[in-house]
Parts: sequence; structure tokens; C-alpha cells
Amino acid sequence: MNWVRVFRTVRSEDMSEEYINKKIVVKDATKIFGKNSNRAIQLLKDGKTKSEILKATGATVGVKQVSFEVNEGEIFVIMGLSGSGKSTLVRLLNRLIDPTMGQILLDGKDIVQMNKEQLRDVRRKKIGMVFQNFALFPHKTIVENTEYGLEIQGVSKKERNEKAIESLRLVGLAGYEDQYPKQLSGGMQQRVGLARALANNPDILLMDEAFSALDPLIRKDMQNELLQLHHDMQKTIIFITHDLDEALRIGDRIALMKDGEIVQIGSPEEILMSPSNDYVERFVEDVDLSKVLTAGHIMKKADTVKVDRGPRVALRLMKHLGISSIYVVDNANRLLGAVTAQDTVEAIESEKSLNDVIISDLPMISPDTVLTELFDVVSTASIPVAVINEERKLQGIIIRGALIGALSGDNEFINKDGTMDSAAQPITEVI
Amino acid sequence: MDELLPRLPFADWIDTGVDWLVDKFGTGLDGFADVLEGAVEGTVDILNLVPSILLAFIFALIAGIISTRKIAFFSLIGLLFIDYLGYWYPMLQMLTLVLTSVIFALVIGIPIGILSSQKAGVRKVVNPILDLMQTMPAFVYLIPAIFFFNIGVVPGVVASVIFAMPPTIRLTMLGIQQVPKDLIEATEAFGSTTWQRLFRIQIPLAKPTIMAGVNQSIMLSLSMVVIASMVGAPGLGEEVYRSVTQLKTGVGVETGLSIVIVAIILDRITQYAGNRKKKLGGNTL
Repeated sequence: MNWVRVFRTVRSEDMSEEYINKKIVVKDATKIFGKNSNRAIQLLKDGKTKSEILKATGATVGVKQVSFEVNEGEIFVIMGLSGSGKSTLVRLLNRLIDPTMGQILLDGKDIVQMNKEQLRDVRRKKIGMVFQNFALFPHKTIVENTEYGLEIQGVSKKERNEKAIESLRLVGLAGYEDQYPKQLSGGMQQRVGLARALANNPDILLMDEAFSALDPLIRKDMQNELLQLHHDMQKTIIFITHDLDEALRIGDRIALMKDGEIVQIGSPEEILMSPSNDYVERFVEDVDLSKVLTAGHIMKKADTVKVDRGPRVALRLMKHLGISSIYVVDNANRLLGAVTAQDTVEAIESEKSLNDVIISDLPMISPDTVLTELFDVVSTASIPVAVINEERKLQGIIIRGALIGALSGDNEFINKDGTMDSAAQPITEVI
Repeated sequence: MDELLPRLPFADWIDTGVDWLVDKFGTGLDGFADVLEGAVEGTVDILNLVPSILLAFIFALIAGIISTRKIAFFSLIGLLFIDYLGYWYPMLQMLTLVLTSVIFALVIGIPIGILSSQKAGVRKVVNPILDLMQTMPAFVYLIPAIFFFNIGVVPGVVASVIFAMPPTIRLTMLGIQQVPKDLIEATEAFGSTTWQRLFRIQIPLAKPTIMAGVNQSIMLSLSMVVIASMVGAPGLGEEVYRSVTQLKTGVGVETGLSIVIVAIILDRITQYAGNRKKKLGGNTL
């Protein structure tokens, strides 16, 4: 696939500036299971592989010298197949598993160095966790489950009840307070798990394969709701999954793990468009591009005319460009509609303005729309579909040819980073 | 062989050890024995003040509150039958002895069970001791018990406690260890202390298993009453023992049946108490 190779340039970031916002910094974190861990560490530092170390010492390397940083308010996805060490890695972050080596800084404080009380305090106030199999307490009601984190902190009955009910409302479970976990469906149980983690109001949410046990439809709903919650609350979320689609859907950045190591960290796009090695490439080759690429990726420059230029200019532009319709924008480049060549000719003959013949009832989409949702619109539209932003400013247009070209994986039709720098420049300014 | 490996006088050593212990602690234990004996006999006397039929109704009522109406009805009929046979007073003696033993077994056994569930080291020590307690013929406990406490109620209680305690310890341990790992992780992830984890999550979830242990302890304690009567513990067991020595089959069957009735009542009530929450949809794992 040639699109994989062309965009291999990864955007370099200004580290010094971004360092201030780092919520979590993991340096060289390593977990070795079994005895002989000292010897295993030595071998690890000598650059031996996981299987060599297992052979020499009998110790299993769960997580191998992993380093990464997570920004405040970001959804950071750790993805990998089973046995890749992702679940171990997430447990290092709140020390459910003690790292054998390395540093884990939360807001600059190394939790590896903390004593029991400090660690307990971090777990109570700073980190919430959601588990794959929900891990709800079967002997407690939904509201008691949700209150648990506050209860063990000694928060008064009234206050924790209020917070728990609010938290349940956030996940859409108001009214289920007095039921028991067994009485709820899997999706609802995981909402309780999420509510329980949110009730403490932690900065960081660890989600260990939180949606993996749910069926696909419920899973998608939960992903959407998580994104909505994240948008509203701006928590830093570490999300573990083995599902690439899930990772691409919700991750701001993705770390791909293999054999206890991180093979690549990057935005979903970087992972897809520029895999750092064969493993990542194989991992992503079956991705359905139509679910990943957005309108922003395939839109082309739009030919527009400003409404006050009048029908004659519009007609001349169409002739010049060899097209049969043109988009009309106002002075702030906001999309008003489109006019066809035929209507423009009539307007000139009857001395009307462009406003009188404008077709404002056009299909319009946002740049974030994924291609799967585009097919329907594009196939039924008589003119290219307009891509606009929240302010109704015209970003570009979608032509059928580009849509099909992009799906075939042809890089010629794909804009890097899903933006098109020159798209906002109306061609009329040039002429 | 005899010359090569001289027989070690284990029995003598143990006798000497027990003698030494009796010498050292015997007088201190006398006080404890007196209090215990007074308490048991006092309880029996107080219960005996209540007319038997009224007491049978009270017991049935308690059974009804804890468990079901059906069990309450069976309790009433069974107790009235024992009264009709004329074994009411020995039944009260036995019941008090059994319940006293069980209370001791639980008070000592549950904490040991909890502790062993938490510490692998404790488990390594406790497990072989439990094996010993369960397999050693129960009569053997009686011998030193007589040295320490003389004959009567107290050696009977002590022997019953030792014999009845292992299931409570084992099942408490098992119940706590069986709490799923992800629930333990969840309590840890929210920053629970060890006590919070134990008392808010593990023990409540282990309750059905612990109750099964309690049930077993009661049954074992009941099975000890006949043996305990050999050192002078009063009650239905004493009647059974007498019927055996005098070869009175009829009395043997009557008293034996009375023990069975009490056993069934106690068993059904405690079984129900252990499983009760399941019916509310709450306490299952």
C-alpha cells in the first residue's frame, strides 16, 4: 500500500513547551515477574530480549523499559494484543503492581517512591479505575457501589450519597440506585463502574479494557458517551484496549505495545499513515479506511464567488473554470449556497442579483465526518458536497472521484493531517 | 533392631509435659473452669424455669424469625416431641453445652481464619494443626482436658471446641480467599486500607461460606456430646451413653432420635441464615 510509505514524516513537537502540561510521565518503567529479578534487570540493561531473559533466569518480563508521557486532559490509548503487557503497564500507574524499576511521575511526583499512606491518598483522590469485568461489589447496591471510594475516605453519608447520585446521573443511570449489580445488563454495570470511578472526582481515569466485555453495539454507545463525558469533564484518561478500531475512535494518542515494549506512540493518524515498523504496519493494514479517514482528508479546494460580485462575475468564473455551478460565500467566507450556470444566465437576463437565484438547500458536512457517513450524501448530491466548519465557513468540497481514490488507499487523494491549508482561500481573490 | 534404634519414650515426654502444664497453669484454669461451669449450669437453670411448652414456642418463634415458617413449625413439633418423651431437661443441658462450644469455636476460629487468609506464613502453621485437630480421635482430647478441668461440663466444652473449630477456620479462610481478584483490585485501586478491604468487601462476600463453616461446627459439636458425656458432661449424650452401657435399646433410640431432632433444627436454621441473601439477589458471586 503506497499511502503507508509516502507520509512517513512524523510531526516534531516542541518538547520544552509541552512538558509543562504533562500529567503523567513514565520513565523506564519495568516489571519483571518471578524470582531473579535483579539478574533479569542486568540482562535487560545489556539489551537482551524478553525470551533470552526468560531462558537465562526464568523471570518473565511483563513491561520492558517503557517510557511515555501523557498530557493533561488527553485520552491516551495503550493498545496491544493479549500478553503484550498493557494490563500490567496500566497497573503500574497506580501501583496495583509494583514496578521493578523506573519512575512514574504523576503531576511531577514519583509514586514509586511513595509510602503506603501517600499512595493510598493518590489512589483515593487522584486516580479512578474502571475494570474489564466491571468488578462491582455484588453485595452492595448500585449507589453503595458508587459511594465506595468516598465511603472509605470517611465522607459523610449525606455528602457521598449526593455525589454518587450525581455521578450515576452523569452516566445515565439515575433511578437505578437501589438495584443490585446482578440485576443490570453488562453495559449498565460498566456505567456503574464508570460512575464509581468518577464519584471521587479524580484527575486521571484508568480504564482497563473497560468496554471489551460488552457487545459491539453497546460498546459503541459507551465509546460515544465516554467521549462526551471527556469533552465535558476534561479528565486525563488512560484507556487500555486490544481493539484497533476502538483505539482509533477514542484515542488522542495511541501507544502500541508488543512483548512488553511500546513499539510506536502517535496520533491515530500517525499510527495509520506512518507505521514505524513492520509490526505496526501489519497491525493496521486491515483497518477499514472509510471509518478512519474524514471529509477533511479528502476535500478539495472549493471554487467560490462572493455574493456581492454579482451574477456576471460568477458566470465568467464558471466559464473560466469549466464548471456548471459555483459556491457563493459572504465577505467572511461563510457559505450562503450555490448557483448554477443556467440560473446565473437567467439572473443576468432579468437583472436579478445572485441572492435571488441562490440554492441554499445544499448538503453540508463537517470536516470530522468519516467517509462511511459520506457515501450517502455524496451519491445523491447533484453538485460537490460542501465541507463547512462550526462558523459555517467553507473549508472545501468533496468530489466523488477523490472519495473513491482515497478509499483505494491512493495518497494522491489524501490530505495530510486532515486539513487543507489553502482550502479557505476563495479562488475569486486570485483572479 | 531394638538395640540399634532405642524406642524414644514419646508417651512419657508428653505425660511429663502435660503434668508440667497442669502444675503451672492448673490453678489459673480452675478459675476459668468455675466461671464457665457456672455460666453453663446457670443458663440451663434459667431456661428450665420457663415452662417447656412455652419455651418450645419461643424457640420455634426464633427459628421463624431467622429462617422460614416451615422450619419454625418443624422445630415446634420436634421440641414438643422431645418434651413428650421426657428428655426436656437433658435436651436443654445438651443445647447449652453445644451452643457454648460453638460460641467459643467461632470467637476463636473466625479471627484465626481471617488472619490465615491474609498471611501465607500463618496459613503454613495453621493448616497442619487443623489436620491434626480433625484427624486425632476425639477421645484423646478428653484425657488432658480431665487433668486441666476435672470431670464435668468444662472438659466436654473444651473437647467440643477443639473438635468443632477446624471447619470454621477452614471455611472462613476459603471464603475470604475466594473473593474474586478483580474485586480485591477494585478495593485497592480506590485506596482501601486492609481493614476496609476485609470488613467492607471480603468478609461480607465470604459470609455464605463462613456460615457453612459455622453450620459444620455446630454439627461436629453435636456429634461430640456423647463422647463428652464420658467425662461427665450432662445432657442427652449422657442418656445415650447410659443406654449403651446398660444395653437399653429403646432408651438409646429415643435419646438418639432427640439428638437428631435438635441437630436438624440447628442445621436448617444456620443453613438458611447462610444462604438467605441469595434470595434477595444480592450476595452471590
